[in-house]
Amino acid sequence: MTELLTELLILVGAVFMLLAALGVVRLPDLLTRMHATTKAATLGATLIMLAVALHFAQVAVVARALGVILFILMTAPVAAHVIGRAGYFVGSRLWEGTLKDELKPNYDPLTHELKSGREDQGKPRPDESDAP
Amino acid sequence: MSPIILLSLALMALALCLAFVRLFRGPSLPDRVVALELFSSILVGIIGVVAIATDVASLLDVAIVMALMAFMAAIGFARFLERGGPRDD
Repeated sequence: MTELLTELLILVGAVFMLLAALGVVRLPDLLTRMHATTKAATLGATLIMLAVALHFAQVAVVARALGVILFILMTAPVAAHVIGRAGYFVGSRLWEGTLKDELKPNYDPLTHELKSGREDQGKPRPDESDAP
Repeated sequence: MSPIILLSLALMALALCLAFVRLFRGPSLPDRVVALELFSSILVGIIGVVAIATDVASLLDVAIVMALMAFMAAIGFARFLERGGPRDD
């Protein structure tokens, strides 16, 4: 039973990794490629580490496998965010079918400053400040 | 070694080859960094499967180091790109 579950987990994990690699080859631009790799590859590694924990079934090994899973789950989003940010900074081109780029009107590529569009909200208006 | 383990190793080797295609073709440096990150994730999986196939539990430490180095490399590449290092787009 454990053997069967281990093999199932390994196989599903390997298939997810293959899907991630297919996505990184087939998808059109940086952000969609990152969408394929971060999620599918993280899930694949997580499933295989679960299989390792099931197969050995000792406390030390299970703790280490869960440690790997926790580490991957914590670092993969951070790495993806940082790479996506750097990719936008250096101006990697988006797919021509992209419908919406909400960062573009608010982002200054020279100074890397971002406008929120609500800059005047916090200031007191001059006609109200003298009111009794 | 059971056929399932062999099959999953073959699938992951194929995934490595596909990631290498993107690493080779990738039009810009961030694309290549994404492919490298995928490399390390697949390697963590391969090391896990090899640990199961050979019954060597200490191979897990290798997987931990692999994941850690991939994270550091991604952060380093991103800092390098944001500071405006040389690129070959």
